[in-house]
Amino acid sequence: MKTRRQFHKLVAATAAGLAAPAILGSKVFAQDKPIRVGASVSLTGPLASTKNGLIGYELWRDDVNAAGGLLGRKVELVMYDDQSSAANVPAIYSKLVDVDACDVLFSPYGANLSAPVMPFIKQRDLFMIGMFGLAGNDVAKHDKFFHSGPWGPNSGRDWARGFFDLAKAQGVKKIAIINADLEFSKNAAKGGAEVAKEYGMEIVFNQSYPPNTSDFSSMIRNINAGDPEAIFIASYPADSTAIIRGVKEIGISDKVKIFGGAMIGPQYGALLSSLGPELNGLVNSHTFVPEPSMQTPAIKGFFDRYTPIAVKQGVDPLGYYIPPFYYVAGQLAAAAIIGSKSVDPAKMAAFLHANSVDTIAGKIAFNEIGDWKERRVLMVQLRGIKGNDLEQFRNPGHQVILDPPSLKTGDLAGPYNKARAS
Amino acid sequence: MKKSSLLFLAGVIIVLALGFLMPWLLRNPFYFFAGYVVLQYVTIATGWNILGGYAGYINFGAAGFFGAGVYLSAFLFTTFGLPLPLCILASGVFGAILGVLMGYLTLRIQGVYFAIATLGLVVVLETIVHNISGLGGASGMAVYGPRPPAWSPGPSQFNFTVMLVIAVASVALARWVEISWIGRGLRAVRASEDAAECSGVPTLRLKLVACALSGAVLAAAGAPYPFYTSFVEPVTAFSLVIGLNAIAMPLIGGTRTWVGPVIGALLLASVQQIATVTISSELNILFVGAVLIAFVAFAPGGISDLFGRNKGRARS
Amino acid sequence: MLSIDILLNAIVTGILLGSVYASLALGLGITFGILHIPNIAHPTLVVAGAFFVYTLAQWGFDPIIAAVIGLVPFYLLGVALYAFYSTVFERKGGANVLQSLTLFFGLSLVIEILLSLGFGSELKSVSVSYIGSSLKLGVLTVPYRLLIPALLAPVTIAAVWLYLSRTNSGTAIRAVAHEERALSIAGLNPASVKRHAFGIATATAVIAGAALIMVGPIEPFAGRYQIGRVFAIVVLAGMGSIPGSLVIAIIIGIAEALVSSYLNPSWSPGVAFAILLLGLALRPQGLFGAAR
Repeated sequence: MKTRRQFHKLVAATAAGLAAPAILGSKVFAQDKPIRVGASVSLTGPLASTKNGLIGYELWRDDVNAAGGLLGRKVELVMYDDQSSAANVPAIYSKLVDVDACDVLFSPYGANLSAPVMPFIKQRDLFMIGMFGLAGNDVAKHDKFFHSGPWGPNSGRDWARGFFDLAKAQGVKKIAIINADLEFSKNAAKGGAEVAKEYGMEIVFNQSYPPNTSDFSSMIRNINAGDPEAIFIASYPADSTAIIRGVKEIGISDKVKIFGGAMIGPQYGALLSSLGPELNGLVNSHTFVPEPSMQTPAIKGFFDRYTPIAVKQGVDPLGYYIPPFYYVAGQLAAAAIIGSKSVDPAKMAAFLHANSVDTIAGKIAFNEIGDWKERRVLMVQLRGIKGNDLEQFRNPGHQVILDPPSLKTGDLAGPYNKARAS
Repeated sequence: MKKSSLLFLAGVIIVLALGFLMPWLLRNPFYFFAGYVVLQYVTIATGWNILGGYAGYINFGAAGFFGAGVYLSAFLFTTFGLPLPLCILASGVFGAILGVLMGYLTLRIQGVYFAIATLGLVVVLETIVHNISGLGGASGMAVYGPRPPAWSPGPSQFNFTVMLVIAVASVALARWVEISWIGRGLRAVRASEDAAECSGVPTLRLKLVACALSGAVLAAAGAPYPFYTSFVEPVTAFSLVIGLNAIAMPLIGGTRTWVGPVIGALLLASVQQIATVTISSELNILFVGAVLIAFVAFAPGGISDLFGRNKGRARS
Repeated sequence: MLSIDILLNAIVTGILLGSVYASLALGLGITFGILHIPNIAHPTLVVAGAFFVYTLAQWGFDPIIAAVIGLVPFYLLGVALYAFYSTVFERKGGANVLQSLTLFFGLSLVIEILLSLGFGSELKSVSVSYIGSSLKLGVLTVPYRLLIPALLAPVTIAAVWLYLSRTNSGTAIRAVAHEERALSIAGLNPASVKRHAFGIATATAVIAGAALIMVGPIEPFAGRYQIGRVFAIVVLAGMGSIPGSLVIAIIIGIAEALVSSYLNPSWSPGVAFAILLLGLALRPQGLFGAAR
């Protein structure tokens, strides 16, 4: 089945390549042709763990088509693998636009892969939904770009502000910041340092470390020497594991009230089940957790369908972090198309600027550069984890929302050592 | 001038003329995006082959030279607003200096050590870029390229033409090296370094010249890259894929003459570009791996060699 | 007081990490150092070994037991790889370095993709009772997560070295690279000796894989980050000096740990190569190699 689909894709792509001028010429008469949605996804390479987002796109497409399509036209996804490399992105998007004649574009994952496509969509004046790129549109300021992710305005600095709000409420005066030398972590740490300064905290330790560092004992000792009351960590999955283990092995001062912040990894099933109880007490950012304040029938329905597919494909069986927002991206595009009754980029963008949209992740309104008007990054505390069973994370109470206040389901338990032992 | 050189010159003029005309004839920008990547690899493969093919010294660090070119040109453009040709020139000079340094450190010993040292060059340069805040480190650096001149219809077409000029210049340089005294000397080095040394060939100096030229071409290949992606970051600038392709393309095409890397790069890079937008899965990389093994096993001389042999047979 | 504390801990961590690096480099020390086959697929084979250990660990085996079980299949895998390598290059009367490098590069790509197709791209790790706790000796805190894998290296290296220097077939392996013809005169088949050596080298990959997955989680492409470091170790030790590689690996480990502690961890990837370039410039035959 899969090979046949790939074969069809190959035939379609070849045909499209040969017939490109014809397709471009006939775009005007395309009323009953499918609406094409183009995206590049990282199926291979270092960002391959984000490929579960594709399930979100596909579920959305199936739902829309089952309901009769958009404006009476079927929706078709055109998807390419960027191999997690920014070098592949310009050619892929030119293919999507100039050869495949896509009506709507979804950006690649994250800021580094999206950066190469921003000047292109601005110059061609195209409509795009951004996928998890932090501050993705802050330089280009394209008026037809909309984030599906909940980073909120001024996200380069503010997206993890929730952590610092919590620290401030605890009376933290001294903070340590460490980050992996990769795009997302580096920006998180840079923004975090600015917020910490704004709150009058002293940064007693601020270092970055290379990706694939497997031993953090010397860093943890150096942090302990600085005697901080809060530790803000921006890390990637492999180092998140190493840091959590390192803290357990080396130990950390009892003064530390809040620990975590921007660690990638403890959102994914693989890491949650492999570390299990070692994660207790960690305060970390997230985009969705199954707490009563967030759980709705719509999003529950999404995960009920997501999980069996994910298990079959061997990707993250929980899928709380990325996949719902890939579905949201589809919903945003659908709302824009239906609301403006067209696939004209200007009309679609005008609709999204003027109206808020109901999605499985709640109601979303956009500012002039397509950020969510309101930041909705969660700071959750992991608690009461017993054993390595993954299913416990589907229940409320293990990932308690501390921030934002509107979604709060519990208070910070601290200090970290006490929360860790519980 | 020899007949073959006249033919080559005619070819160069035709290719360049096409390069300037094509953007006006072929309207679809996608071909220029994809074509840019193919030409970039023609340059990289050609540059690599000056040292790797002619002298037999394997450079794993093509990505190091390429990345150095990328970052230098991005830095010079964003900080000093240097015009594009000067950025390319500066990158080339920097690549040459880097090549001589590498060569001077390791070439006095066996070739294998050189190969391994070049592996390190990539890591060292990448680490340095990570630690210089002026270059953006891991967050990368946005580069909004110069406005394309009037003779080119758009930025993608302009980048394509620029890359074409660099590629043609590199191939001409490689061809000149091949037929000049340098090429003869390098072939002697490749055949037997000791014998060459004994018969009075200045082997070290020749190898250093080859290092410099190779480094210059590899770095120049990276110079327009910031304007192609509008964004540079260390992971892609120093990507292993570049180092891998730099070796694979000459090997597939044939390492003895300048034609080999050009054929190999045109072929493999086009296949990769097509595979990216058709197969689009892990199988893409699996395919490259399998092709490498197959060529080493069954056609070690590369395509140009197969072709040459067949022609020879047809004649006899 | 505090700084002495940090210094001592950094040195101990460095020794442990270096010892793990030595495990990774051991197989390459045999294939590249002794047989002169530049097997850049070795780090990928180590990752394959780690996945083997992971699979058995899922069924409840201790990683070290799993590695011991893996010795035989990986030995056979190595024998098969060499058989393939030699049939490819025999016809042409010996391989040139470029071709064998490319062959192994292709091979490592194929292995990586097969691993990622088989296991997915998520990180995999093993959970054992001793991971997460540490040994306290005065001011020193030594995590078992590093200590146990670090102890594997000297044991395997000693075993391999004793085998190479004390047994007849071991001596044959060391001889084969230099005097292939003499070996045939002595009635031994050089091809089968090399096959055997390649098998042993590949078998060490599963031990190194166990060490790697105990230290931290792995993914199919993890081998790439190690290529440079393991080559640096083999070359700096002096080609073929197996005990020397342990010393060099520990020197590199300590240097990296000191740089992370006192300078900045983000400089540590460059350390191995800075040492390599310096070493090659000052003493090209390697620290423990005989002068040529």
